Amino acid sequence: MDGLPLDPDTRAGVRDVSPLLLGIVPFGLVAGIAAVDAGLGLAEAVGLSVIVFAGASQLAAIELLAQNAPLAVVIGTAVVINVRMVMYSASIAPYLAEYGRRFRAGLAYLLTDQAYALSVAEYERTPDRTRWRYYLGAAATLWVVWQITTVVGFVIGAGVPDAWGLTFAVPLVFLALLVPAMKDRPTVLAAVVGGAVAVAAAGLPMNLGLLTGAVSGIVAGLATEVIGG
Amino acid sequence: MTGGALVGGSVRVWVAIVLIGVTTYGFRLSFIHLFGRIDEVPDGVERPLRYVPPAVLAALVFPYLISIEPTVAATLADERLIAGVAAGVVAWRTENVFATITVGMAALWLFRFVVFA
Repeated sequence: MDGLPLDPDTRAGVRDVSPLLLGIVPFGLVAGIAAVDAGLGLAEAVGLSVIVFAGASQLAAIELLAQNAPLAVVIGTAVVINVRMVMYSASIAPYLAEYGRRFRAGLAYLLTDQAYALSVAEYERTPDRTRWRYYLGAAATLWVVWQITTVVGFVIGAGVPDAWGLTFAVPLVFLALLVPAMKDRPTVLAAVVGGAVAVAAAGLPMNLGLLTGAVSGIVAGLATEVIGG
Repeated sequence: MTGGALVGGSVRVWVAIVLIGVTTYGFRLSFIHLFGRIDEVPDGVERPLRYVPPAVLAALVFPYLISIEPTVAATLADERLIAGVAAGVVAWRTENVFATITVGMAALWLFRFVVFA
């Protein structure tokens, strides 16, 4: 990394994001494997990773496309999964406000859970960083690794027999993300209700089970918060 | 997930990719763009957003691991559920994606190819 012709702020972003790649690499591989398993072509798999660039929604969309769910359900489900980005956008916005409008529009494209969390923490810890450089160091690294692992996963997935059940790695990735998201009573209840309703609603027409479960879970979390406080 | 041709073919897939991509970019850009005019997420928006990750992730995970069978025994004696529970314990103890996938896949293969074979 010291050999890279990068300024110290960008390097700091690359350095801080590196340990997180341990989670991103298998996630990206799974995104590629799931795509080929669902019958998507390489261009479509890469198109998803470049245009959407949001893992959980990509996996959900791939699954629903493979089940021939209506387009509105595919898109609606992915949108619900990604609406959390609004929260990150609001949280990081004050730190990027000094930059020009077009430049910010470019930075926004790379916004992810990890780039957001790292950057906001670093801006508080080290106020004299050039913010966009640090952000770009972390966010662009994630982007590059995501694209490469999608392609590698696609190639691996094409060569491994279906009986191995490689796509079982999809729920395992979600599980690894779900557990830390269950932080307190309302979030645990949101998960339990969301999961239980999704199982019960698995037979709903038009593959509405996931969306129904997700919305029920959100309502359950809110209700717990209101009753508890 | 099962392989095979997608109904509606490639056009349908690309429409989904572009519409999801544009909407997601809109979410990313929202407050980064609007800052100065709207500085904070309204409370009525922020509170439900807090529950999106746990609710959505659980709704994604559970149906993969559990399928309701006629008997309780048949529901529980499923390699996916057993592997999922093992992986869930690892996720909880380590919060490590790689370890979770490794243990989950190993448990799946153990039960699919050895125990239940």
